[in-house]
Amino acid sequence: MSNSVPLTLHVPEPGCRPGDTPDFSGFEVPVAGETRRPDPLTAPEDIRDLAFSIVRVLDDDGEAKGPWAGTFEKEALLDGLRHMMTLRTFDDRMLRAQRQGKTSFYMQHLGEEAVACAFRLALRDGDMHFPTYRQAGLLIAGGYPLTTMMNQIYSNAADPIKGRQMPIFYSAKDHGFFSLSGNLGTQFVQAVGWGMASAISGDTKIAAAWIGDGSTAETDFHSAMVFASTYKAPVILNIVNNQWAISTFQGIARGNATTFAARGHGFGIPAIRVDGNDYLAVHAVARWAAERARSGHGSTLIEHVTYRSGGHSTSDDPSAYRAKEEGHSWPLGDPIERLKAHLISIDAWSDDRHKQAEAEIQDEVRFAQKEAEANGTLISGPAPSPRDMFEDVYAEMPPHLRAQRQEAGF
Amino acid sequence: MAQLTMIEAIQNAHDLAMERDDRVVVYGEDVGYFGGVFRCTAGLQQKYGTSRCFDAPINESGLIGTGIGMAAYGLRPVVEIQFADYMYPAYDQIVSEAARLRHRSAGDFTCPIVIRMPTGGGIYGGQTHSQSPEALFTHVAGLKVVVPSNPQDAKGLLCAAIEDPDPVIILEPKRLYNGPFDGHHDRPVVPWKKHELGEVNDAYYTTEIGKAAIRREGQDVTVLAYGTMVHVALTAAQETGVDAEVIDLRSLIPLDLETIEVSVKKTGRCVVLHEATKTSGFGAELSAQVQEACFYHLEAPIIRVTGWDTPYPHAQEWDYFPGPARVGAALKSVMKEH
Repeated sequence: MSNSVPLTLHVPEPGCRPGDTPDFSGFEVPVAGETRRPDPLTAPEDIRDLAFSIVRVLDDDGEAKGPWAGTFEKEALLDGLRHMMTLRTFDDRMLRAQRQGKTSFYMQHLGEEAVACAFRLALRDGDMHFPTYRQAGLLIAGGYPLTTMMNQIYSNAADPIKGRQMPIFYSAKDHGFFSLSGNLGTQFVQAVGWGMASAISGDTKIAAAWIGDGSTAETDFHSAMVFASTYKAPVILNIVNNQWAISTFQGIARGNATTFAARGHGFGIPAIRVDGNDYLAVHAVARWAAERARSGHGSTLIEHVTYRSGGHSTSDDPSAYRAKEEGHSWPLGDPIERLKAHLISIDAWSDDRHKQAEAEIQDEVRFAQKEAEANGTLISGPAPSPRDMFEDVYAEMPPHLRAQRQEAGF
Repeated sequence: MAQLTMIEAIQNAHDLAMERDDRVVVYGEDVGYFGGVFRCTAGLQQKYGTSRCFDAPINESGLIGTGIGMAAYGLRPVVEIQFADYMYPAYDQIVSEAARLRHRSAGDFTCPIVIRMPTGGGIYGGQTHSQSPEALFTHVAGLKVVVPSNPQDAKGLLCAAIEDPDPVIILEPKRLYNGPFDGHHDRPVVPWKKHELGEVNDAYYTTEIGKAAIRREGQDVTVLAYGTMVHVALTAAQETGVDAEVIDLRSLIPLDLETIEVSVKKTGRCVVLHEATKTSGFGAELSAQVQEACFYHLEAPIIRVTGWDTPYPHAQEWDYFPGPARVGAALKSVMKEH
């Protein structure tokens, strides 16, 4: 049989572009509390359904439902709310600082605050995160000083990494936060190696890898999955699916696969989707995966389903490629509003207390900013010495760098 | 003392390093049970167990990516890339990650990884088993790059690399694994058995990274070489009667400019050798540095003798390889010019 029909190239398109009316009717949102919670040590082949559902705890009325609920005490939840609110306020101040020209660049977390803030509390001191650029919640929830974060953002004289990296490329080993890279996906596989090292050493520490939906298309994602699968590495593999990779909708990286989580199945890695805007659900799933890793059962792939409500970065204008109203139509809501509603529903919080907390956090962040700016900003005040750029290329400076430093006049 | 091949010396270095330091972990493709396609890790898994020496998937970016994670954790991973020609999928991990981790985190995280890779031609390996990619590493800030030319150095440099706090790339000239090949491919193979540099101390020792060795003292011309080309240079000097001073660089980054400078100022002439392609090769860097440091002592232009700017050919291997005839011609030519 001969076939002479001309072929055509299939290029996926998002459902909604600027000017269109957002339509998420095809996006299935399971009822909160409905998704089952198997024992964490269940074999991957017996929990394949979790890659196609979405673990949700908080319902539309703020009530915590189902088998994934109950991992938190009330006090810890209040801390969680505060972490998310602090991150949002921090973002707001730093966006403004960037617009005022005090630094070159910034990336905010708007709408995604629950993912890293909740996840951080499921891991222990000594564990290591290999984050991407939208997980500053790990630092804030881990108690890292806001002033130090800002010192990095300003590349000022107190920047712990001496002005060597763009804003938000933090490094905080003592807080379990690996040095950020701008080459996406590279650290997904490094996290696997870190976890392997813990196993080789007979330690009890685990790693957490982070990647965005777009970067799952990188070869390093595949490399990480192969090594994690082969060596049953104690690492939690997190995909943050915020629907957009700059202007590219998630369908370009996902292709014709049903979900990103389902990619775990071919590797024999248990995969689970979670409502990334549900603080309780993220924490419960993270705890579940951490238990697997700590008990020697290896890796878990988690897809955090969320929405990037802001631009990719301060260099991005999302109105050029997606409908402005899309964020408001996003069916999983806002993480802060949802946790707030829950805390009010259990009489642990009120609108007044929320307003009061907002004011306190504003003061705290403003104070930190003032403190950081005393150490300089990118354009004025104290700055790292140019001499510093020659340091740390190697542990010991080789002759050719000594000569170049001298030539540069430092 | 034992008379070892370069393969045995490398295996021995792994063995002693693993014995004295639990943090040393060795892995790569075919490296574990089988002991490596060149046998450089033979017996290590049997002796140290599967968690310290193991087989890895065919995935070079994964090999180096996981190695970076292990090094950051505090281990001392020694990773074998089966052929240097296979390293390209790992290049992003090497360049953007391993090389820069210390700098970008201001020492918060470091990457003491050793990446070994058999390099160079002479085994009819065609374009995918013969390349010499050293210049792709020497161009990267944060890497150290070494090339041993004999069993003694292969052992000492590997031990030093494992101790080194920064990422070290070791390019092992595979044509030297079993003997000091001088480019005369049509003559019987010479084994390391009778060579003085095949005599290897049984004990653990290190060879300083960043120090060249003078393999032949001479007055007329300085020859800068590394790896297989050291042996080609020695033979060419002998065959032409030119009194060449042959410097085995051993370490490309850091470079022992001091030894080079003293020699070129003495001889007034310089020939630079490598197997890799010519344009933007490490020889270009060497001639630039010699020119900058020794211009007023030079009595003739610096000449490079290298592989041609073509992919490494299969059947025409010996027309590509810069053998003793081409090196000899360069030595004579540099002596004529004034």
